[in-house]
Amino acid sequence: MMRHLISIGDLDREDINYILKKAEEFEDVARGEKKLRILEGKILGNLFFEPSTRTRMSFETAMKRLGGDVINMTAQEASSIAKGETLADTIRVVSGYCDAIVIRHPLEGAARFAAENSSVPVINAGDGAGQHPTQTLLDLYTIKKECGRLDGITIALMGDLKYSRTIHSLIKALALFDMRIYLISPEALALPEDIIEDVSAEIRRARLEEVISEIDVLYVTRIQKERFPDEEEYRKVSGSYRITAETLKSAKDSMIVMHPLPRVDEIHPSVDSTKHARYFQQSFYGVPVRMAILSEVML
Amino acid sequence: MRELVVSKIKEGTVIDHINAGKALLVLKILKIQPGTDLTVSMAMNVPSSKMGKKDIVKVEGMFIRDEELNKIALISPNATINLIRDYEIERKFKVSPPEVVEGVLKCPNHACISNAEREPITPKFYIKTEEMRATARCHYCGRKIENLDNYIS
Repeated sequence: MMRHLISIGDLDREDINYILKKAEEFEDVARGEKKLRILEGKILGNLFFEPSTRTRMSFETAMKRLGGDVINMTAQEASSIAKGETLADTIRVVSGYCDAIVIRHPLEGAARFAAENSSVPVINAGDGAGQHPTQTLLDLYTIKKECGRLDGITIALMGDLKYSRTIHSLIKALALFDMRIYLISPEALALPEDIIEDVSAEIRRARLEEVISEIDVLYVTRIQKERFPDEEEYRKVSGSYRITAETLKSAKDSMIVMHPLPRVDEIHPSVDSTKHARYFQQSFYGVPVRMAILSEVML
Repeated sequence: MRELVVSKIKEGTVIDHINAGKALLVLKILKIQPGTDLTVSMAMNVPSSKMGKKDIVKVEGMFIRDEELNKIALISPNATINLIRDYEIERKFKVSPPEVVEGVLKCPNHACISNAEREPITPKFYIKTEEMRATARCHYCGRKIENLDNYIS
């Protein structure tokens, strides 16, 4: 049984396949079509030291769909706690209130440190620029469901590859499967070299127009304004990394566009109605995947 | 007869073949600080047939534990240890890098939880050695560091 879920690197291919298979079994429940109360009497503690809407809500939905309860600490409450209490103490206290903790924290490694101080399982919901393993699992689940397989996929990762924790987690997991990976980003936001070195997969930098007709998945991330020294530079870069329905004209029919959301303007609304858009489906898949993780650590 | 740069010790630990210029870092790793009661002698840039130049540290009256001594391999993988009893070498060995070190290195990532003030946390690193060069990876944030001399806390 999985004790904590801190980094995608803690899981092997077999663990991932197991969680994805379990998630599939929960899909009817996630949609509310079937009732299942296997976590009745259990309490999940949501500790969000940084704002989050969808991750926090989808954990809450996952827990409630399985009959469990949730207690929440929001970023606002966290900031008042932070004035006087260490993370170690907060975790020691809250782990006495619940059966598992979900944590999002601005510092890298905070989830691992939380796990070391917790008497209940800890699930990492994002620690700074570090890891976001539940997002990675739902991304893999989306690829598997929508493309029918994980092995043999050609995927392009596009946008902010330097700071995006989603990308850093995802690329490690993609390397466990037989995938060809293209990296599409402005030079200033390229994937850090040490991550490329660590990943034993076929990886190549490319431009979208070179690979659009070849790829099975286009994974887009937000380019954050605050990463740029001036707004002019940001506008130049972000403008060239914007997907429209037109951009996708030469894509394969089966090619899917994914995005961890929220999007700003990197995917034009015209893409939403194309056969390629899967980002809303992807965010729904967060529920069955998180149900699988919660049931795994709590039962 | 060659003159000894540092006098012989009766009992204690001699750390030889330290990379030239690293003796002070060795003391730091062993947590021997100003104000110590120990008798410590140190020689820097001593001519060496094998290494060209080397440093030597002698700590009198104390047998330092192997796991502490092995941490020296992080900055000086060729270092040798002589444990001296009654002016004779009782045991001699080469340091070998530990797989995990706690509380020796400091993570350069300011956003790493191991640098958070007031948290009861000890930095922890996993060590990898290739061709006599050690690199380390932070247990908490995963940051990989080379040239470990720069990160001794």
